[in-house]
Amino acid sequence: MPAMLRNLAQRLGMMAHGFTGGIHPENHKVSATLSSEPCPLSPVHILPMKMHIGEPCSPLVAVGDHVLRGQKIAKSEGYVSVPVHAPTSGRVVRIEQYAIPHPSGMGIPSIFIESDGDDVSDDSLEPIDDWRNTDPALLRERARKCGLAGLGGAVFPTFIKLVQDSRFPIEMVVLNGIECEPWLTTDHRLMLEYADEILSGLAITMHMVHAGAAIIAIEDNKPDAATAMRQALSEREGMDDVRVVLLPTRYPQGSEKQLIYALTGREVPAGKLPMHVGVLCLNVGTARALYQAVALGQPLTERMVCISGDAMPRPGNLRVRIGTPMRYVFAHQGLEDFESVRILHGGPMMGELLPHPDVPVVKSTNGMLAMRKASFVGVHTQEQACIRCGHCGEACPASLVPNLLADQCRSDQFDKAESYHLFDCIECGACSYVCPSNIPLVHYFRYGKGQIAQQRREKSFAEASRMRSVARDMRIEQEKQTRAARRSSVRKTHAPKDAPKAEAGAEVKAISQAGESGAATVADKTEQENKD
Amino acid sequence: MLVMLSSPHAHGGDSVRMMMLTVVLALMPAAAVSVYLFGWLAVLLILVCMFSCLATEAVCLKLMGKSLTTLLDNSAALTGLLLALTLPALVPWWMAVVGSVFAIVLGKQVYGGLGYNIFNPALSARVILLISFPLQMTTWLTPMSAAVPPVNLYDLSTCLTLFFAGPDALKLGLDAITMASPLGHVKTEWTQGVPVAQALSNYHYSYLNAFLGLETGSIGETSVLALLLGGIFLLARHSITWHIPFSYLTTVGVLAALFSSIDPNHFASPMFHLFAGGLMLCAFFMATDPVSSPVTPVGQIVFGIGCGVLTWSIRSFGGYPEGAMFSVLLMNCAVPLIDHYFRPHVYGYDSRVDDDV
Repeated sequence: MPAMLRNLAQRLGMMAHGFTGGIHPENHKVSATLSSEPCPLSPVHILPMKMHIGEPCSPLVAVGDHVLRGQKIAKSEGYVSVPVHAPTSGRVVRIEQYAIPHPSGMGIPSIFIESDGDDVSDDSLEPIDDWRNTDPALLRERARKCGLAGLGGAVFPTFIKLVQDSRFPIEMVVLNGIECEPWLTTDHRLMLEYADEILSGLAITMHMVHAGAAIIAIEDNKPDAATAMRQALSEREGMDDVRVVLLPTRYPQGSEKQLIYALTGREVPAGKLPMHVGVLCLNVGTARALYQAVALGQPLTERMVCISGDAMPRPGNLRVRIGTPMRYVFAHQGLEDFESVRILHGGPMMGELLPHPDVPVVKSTNGMLAMRKASFVGVHTQEQACIRCGHCGEACPASLVPNLLADQCRSDQFDKAESYHLFDCIECGACSYVCPSNIPLVHYFRYGKGQIAQQRREKSFAEASRMRSVARDMRIEQEKQTRAARRSSVRKTHAPKDAPKAEAGAEVKAISQAGESGAATVADKTEQENKD
Repeated sequence: MLVMLSSPHAHGGDSVRMMMLTVVLALMPAAAVSVYLFGWLAVLLILVCMFSCLATEAVCLKLMGKSLTTLLDNSAALTGLLLALTLPALVPWWMAVVGSVFAIVLGKQVYGGLGYNIFNPALSARVILLISFPLQMTTWLTPMSAAVPPVNLYDLSTCLTLFFAGPDALKLGLDAITMASPLGHVKTEWTQGVPVAQALSNYHYSYLNAFLGLETGSIGETSVLALLLGGIFLLARHSITWHIPFSYLTTVGVLAALFSSIDPNHFASPMFHLFAGGLMLCAFFMATDPVSSPVTPVGQIVFGIGCGVLTWSIRSFGGYPEGAMFSVLLMNCAVPLIDHYFRPHVYGYDSRVDDDV
């Protein structure tokens, strides 16, 4: 009923959609007016084997190999994965574990490339100039080959989204230029400086998914970006169904689901993808990378990174080669002493606090913030008891009840937490931001999600071993019966030795097969019970 | 070595201390009216309650081995102020102290301190006092706004004597300095078969006086205007949301309007109900106590409606003239249930896309 009313109101144009909840953190977009510059080549580049969501890659090169810029140096293992490319020409010097941008400082296998300074490109990928008449499947393969992953920060392999599915036709492409995180200006600068390339990327996307319309969504704290995009749009032909929409600034508007609701009034059903409501959502940076991959034949080896923060001597927006050590980038912007600063990978709301700057820039690096330690004092203070003020629930864009959920996670009532929709939490951090008791709610949600995932793994493992043991017992039992049957038949018939033996052997085989299928039925049954 | 911390790494700056302080500030108009009506007696009552609450809280924290810095969250001071404002002016000092100790120990700390109490501490203390000392808790001092005030309450020594030694020390008969509250008067008259309108005119009741707070009553509950100002301040500062006060007051108003139009001799008008007793204080300051009220908007509306129905029913049918505090306490019990059953619609669970496509 409320959904019906809302639907009606929207159709009558009475209600502007707008996602529920949200907060208005201070902007701090100090680097918004700074034009992007290329970051100089670092002497060494470090390429982790997993810079996307999904399965890791395996190296294709060996120590000592000479590689060119854009050369594939690691291949994907599995469907949800994209390959890794050399960011510059040089020599592979090491392949070993190295820290990635993660709060724990954990390491994964990485390829170290020593730059030879020539920066020679590998031109084996042909530009596809006539992409309008190219089969979308080929373009999709190109996107995968070029290592495209969502550059907004989620790094989901882009090619997976760029698909035409007759069951879920894409009606609308949404280009996400919201950038609602404080401090970050990566997408802002991209829209100002590369509006045309972004539009080309959008055109390619629309061709690939056969979408009729598109929206470029920008928050109203970036009117210049909207002007730039509109300007570029007006100079193009054949993009009449593309609109630039300026939305009122509110965090977390850049979150895919919230953005889709704000623009279309459609909710992506829980556990489904935007394509299930006929929408494809792409970050503006990803659109540009798609243009480069298709029309220029360039794999993803460079990205825009916003370097900012209140401890940053020279904030800026740099086009950085992927794999460049962060310490090198910081040094280039004048920050060399990390004694009294804390480094954030990404924005303050969803970014990760890094233990040290000795990690490479990866595909998800949309920002590198150096914050004074003093500015964290009021943030991560002693947690107090929840006074149930409900501010967290008001701020929650998914309309959860965060304080109850946090209680359940803290006291390990995971079943209850799941029934209170723990897994619909997008970890945007709005609840923790508004909490007067400084409760790290998101931290509890991560803990709860981790524990539940762990329990599920253990449960399925235990279930599998139980099934194996049941099958084994059955098999043994049946073999025993077979043997007994054979013995009695031998006794009865006194037949020659060879024939019954072979027969019995076949019988054993047949019965053991039956046993296995019997076990399978048992498995089905238990699975059904579990579902119930 | 840096400590590992989870995102977000930004905070809006709200704190429990500021939220509690906001409520204390919002109560200032009501406190000012109480001082105008009852002079130094109100000041003494408020100070004694706040001090005893803070002292009791300190002792509790000490006994439980917790840090005394928790005192700075202002919640104990707020409980003291709220309790004082719900007391009649003539309560003896020791009763105020007993009430404060009740509020902190039984109302709050036995549950584990701030955030864990089921009932509103100030309100539960008020009810404990009302049940334990029914006479003193329903004896209403004639305020300074009356045509002929019996004693000069703006005189500190008179008030000190009244407060610490009682009316007997001044050789004043209790009848000479007290009067009935409007609610109590209507209730008494009605039980004797006098229609509501007649009872009110006997009392020389005026809606304007009730709105401004010139009638007698608990020291901080009399002025609708002052409490409304405080409530608007709370709403503006986003300390409370509109859901509870609005649904609470509307329910009382609608029920009163309905029944008084059916039987005006038996049931009082909505205006009378809204302006009388502790309803305004309860609606804006007690029922909205975050700890003991539901967290979800729909739940808060349900909570408010429940409070309204109970308040009106107790006033109209119950033995006590006033029902606001009982109704809020009763609804406090239902909060966990309300929180469970009235949760907001979660994103992604109300889609028009079929699940089985």
